[in-house]
Amino acid sequence: MTRYLVRRAALLVGTLLLASVVLFLLLRLLPGDPANALLSVGATPDQVAAARHQIGTDRPLPAQFGHWLSQLATLHFGDSFVSSLPVGPEIVSRLSVTVPLTLAAFVLAVVVAVPVGFLAAHRAHTWYGALAGLVSQLGIAVPAFWLGLLLVWVFALNLRVLPAGGFPPDGWSSFPDAFRALVLPVVTVAVVMAASLIRYVRSATLDVLGSDHLRTARALGSSFPGAMWRHGVRNAAVPVVSVLGIELATTFLGAVVIESVFALPGLGSMLVRGIAQHDYPVIQGVLFVSTLAVLVVGFLADIAQRLIDPRLRGGIAR
Amino acid sequence: MKKQRIALLGAALATAVALAACGSGGGSGSSAGAAPDANAVVQVGSLYEPQNLDNTGGGGQGVTEAFNGNVYEGLFRLTDDGKVEPLLAASNTVSADGLTYTFTLRDGVKFHSGKALTSADVKYSIEKVLAPDSKSARKSSFPEIKSITTPDARTVTVTLAARSISFVYNLSYVWIVNDQAGNLAAKEDGTGPYTLDGWKRGSSLTLKKNPSYWGTPAKNAGVVFHYFTDGSALDNALLTNAVDVVTSEQNPDALAQFTDNPAYKVNDGHSNTKLLLAFNDKVAPFNDVKVRKAVSSAIDDKKLLQSIWGDHGSLIGSMVPPTDPWYTDLTGVNAYDVNAAKALLAEAGHPNGFTFTLDTPNYDPHPTVAAFVKSELAKVGITVNINVITPDQWYTKVYQNKDFTATLQEHVNDRDVVWYGDPNFYWGYDNPQVTAWIKQAEQAGSEAEQTELLKKANQQIAADAASDWLYLYPQIVVASTKLSGYPVNGLNSQFYAYGITKG
Repeated sequence: MTRYLVRRAALLVGTLLLASVVLFLLLRLLPGDPANALLSVGATPDQVAAARHQIGTDRPLPAQFGHWLSQLATLHFGDSFVSSLPVGPEIVSRLSVTVPLTLAAFVLAVVVAVPVGFLAAHRAHTWYGALAGLVSQLGIAVPAFWLGLLLVWVFALNLRVLPAGGFPPDGWSSFPDAFRALVLPVVTVAVVMAASLIRYVRSATLDVLGSDHLRTARALGSSFPGAMWRHGVRNAAVPVVSVLGIELATTFLGAVVIESVFALPGLGSMLVRGIAQHDYPVIQGVLFVSTLAVLVVGFLADIAQRLIDPRLRGGIAR
Repeated sequence: MKKQRIALLGAALATAVALAACGSGGGSGSSAGAAPDANAVVQVGSLYEPQNLDNTGGGGQGVTEAFNGNVYEGLFRLTDDGKVEPLLAASNTVSADGLTYTFTLRDGVKFHSGKALTSADVKYSIEKVLAPDSKSARKSSFPEIKSITTPDARTVTVTLAARSISFVYNLSYVWIVNDQAGNLAAKEDGTGPYTLDGWKRGSSLTLKKNPSYWGTPAKNAGVVFHYFTDGSALDNALLTNAVDVVTSEQNPDALAQFTDNPAYKVNDGHSNTKLLLAFNDKVAPFNDVKVRKAVSSAIDDKKLLQSIWGDHGSLIGSMVPPTDPWYTDLTGVNAYDVNAAKALLAEAGHPNGFTFTLDTPNYDPHPTVAAFVKSELAKVGITVNINVITPDQWYTKVYQNKDFTATLQEHVNDRDVVWYGDPNFYWGYDNPQVTAWIKQAEQAGSEAEQTELLKKANQQIAADAASDWLYLYPQIVVASTKLSGYPVNGLNSQFYAYGITKG
C-alpha cells in the first residue's frame, strides 16, 4: 500500500505539471489581447506596447511560463492584470465559500442518495420504489439554476425564512448569517447531485442483488441485512465512489451558475470574470487550484476504493 | 449574467471609460415619515463591483460609484443638475489669458490617516491622473498642463498650454489623495465623509462614517455596497429587504413588481448612456450622407425604445442629452419616415437597397436591437447581416482597426459629442467645420460661447446623420420607501450616500 501511495502521489504531481502546461498554452490561444483590458479610450500604440510590457505578455512564452512556475513554487499566483491585486488571497477568500458549499452539498447528496437509491433497487416493485426512480429522473431533467430560482421564490420571496442571496460582508465571522446564506445554494446543488447519484446507487444495488454470491450467502443462512453488509455493500460501493469523486470535482467549479443566482463570491464567478477580461493570472490561478482539487479528490477516491475492495490491492485486478 | 451594462470599449475597458460619466447627488426620495435613524446602515445593491480601489489604476465604474464624494473628494464637486461647485477648493482665480488657475485650499481638511491636506497632495493627485501608467478615463479629456506649482501649503497654481473651458469641470473627477499613501489598489486615504471598513471581493464593500469629517457629517452610520452579477438576484435582494436601494435598474421586465408595490419607489433620473447605430462614415455605402439619412429615417426609434424599456428612457436626435447646456431638441431631424427613406435611397443610387454587415456586441440590449434594425431596414429593401462579436473583438476590430461597416454600441461618457471633432475616431466622421467648432468651444472664453459652438456642432452632426442615435437610456433607481435623500441621476456613475436617511 505504501508503495502504491508513493507511486500514486508521484502520478498526481506529474499530472498537475502537465495540466499546468496545457492550461497555460490553451489560454494563450484565446483571441484578444489582455493589454486592452488595461487601457482607456484613445490609447496609442505606444501605450499598448507599454501595457504589454507591464504585464509581461511581450516576453517569449517559455519565459512567461517559467516565471509563473517560479511564482507557484513559492505559493504565489501573481497579480491580476486588471486590478493589479494579488490573485492568491482572493482565491483563498473565495474558497471559504466554494469549499463549504461543495462539501455540504456533497454530504447532503450522499445522505439522501444512498438510502433512496437502495430503496429504488430493493423495492423496485413498490410504489415508493418507483417514486424514488421517478424523482431522480425529474431531478436530472431540472436545470440547477431553475431549481435555485424556484427555491428563492418559495423560501425567500414568499415564506421569507431564508435570504435570497448574498454572503455576509465579514464572511464566516458572522456564522449564523453565513450559514443561512448557504442553505438554499447547498440544497440546490445537492438535489441535482443526488438525482444522478441515486441512479448510480440504484444500478449498483441491482447488480449486487442479482449476483450469485449474494444468493449463495443467503442460501448458507445469512440474513438479508447480514449478507448485504458482508457481501453487497462493498461491491456496490466501488463504482459509486468513483462517480462520487467525479461529481465532487464537477461541482467545485460547476457551481458558477448557482453562484450567480445566489450572488455568492465563489471560485466559479472569479473564473468567469477572469476569462471575460483575459486576466491570465486569475484564470491560471483558479484553474490550477481547481485542477489540484480534482486530482486530490481522484486520489482520495482511488484510495477509498482500494480500502473497500481488497481485490484492487492485490494481484487479482492486475 | 443577464444585463451587464458595458460601456464603450468592451468589458474591462469599458469600466474605465465609464469613469468619465458625470454626475450629481443629494437628489430625491420621499421625505420619510418616521424620524430617521442616525445609526442606520444603508444597504445598497449594485451590478458594478470595483476592479480595484484606484480610479487611476483601472478601478472602473464600480469604484466611482462607491468612492466618489463618499471616500474621496475633488477640488470641485458636480451637483445633481451637473453644475460644478467648490469642495476642497475654497476659492479659485483664473488669469486674464485663461491659462493660469490658482486654487486656494479649504482649511482644516484631514485625510483619513490623520495627515492634513496640503497643496502637495493636490499636485500629486493631478499628476497621478496624467501619469503615463494612469488608466484614468479622464486623462484624454485634460488639456496639456505646462506646470503645477505649490507656492505655499494652501495654494496650487496650474498653468495650461492652451485655454480649456472644461478644466474645472474635469477637475471634479480628480480624487485628491494623500501623496504619502502609496499604492491605493486595495486601500484608501481620502478626505470624504466615509472611510473604508472592508471589501470582500465578489461580494460587498463596507463604508463607515468618518467621525472627524471636516464638513457636514453623513446622515447615516455607514453604507454597504452589495454586488451582483445577475439582475434578477439583485431585484430579489431588494424584494427581501437585503438591500434598501438599487443604484441602476438594468432589468426592464422587473420594474412592474416595484411600480405596483407601495413599499418601493421607482425613480426616473437622468442618464448619459446613448445607444448608437454607428456607421463607418469613411466607407461605402455610409460615406454617402443620403444613405445615412435614409437609414436613420427608416428606423422607428420610438417603437424600439418602447419595446425595450416601455415608458422609460427618451429619444434624442443627436449625441447630446437634455442635461447638457448645449442640448437642442433634434428628434425632428431625420425622423421616422419610410417614404422619405426610400426617396433618399433612390437619390443615392440604391433604389433597390443594398446589403451590409452590422457588428453587434453579444450582450444586452445589442442583439435585440440588431434584430429590430434588420426588420425595419428590410422594409426599405436594405438587407442586414448581423455579426455577433464579443466586447474584446469589438475593441480590436471596430474601435482599433476600424474594420467595419456599421456597429451598435452604447456610449456612456458625458460630454462625448466632442468625439465627433476627431476625424480619427472609430466612426470616421470628418467635417472640418465641426472639428473647428469643437476645438474653438474648448478654448472659448465664456460658457455662453462654448454652448453656442457646441450647439452648432451638435446640429451639424444631426444634419449629416453622422451616426443614428437610437435612444437615451433611462436611469432608474429603485428604493424602499423607508429611504430618502438618495441620488437619482446616473450622469456620472456615482452614488453620493451621505445624505441618505433610513426612516
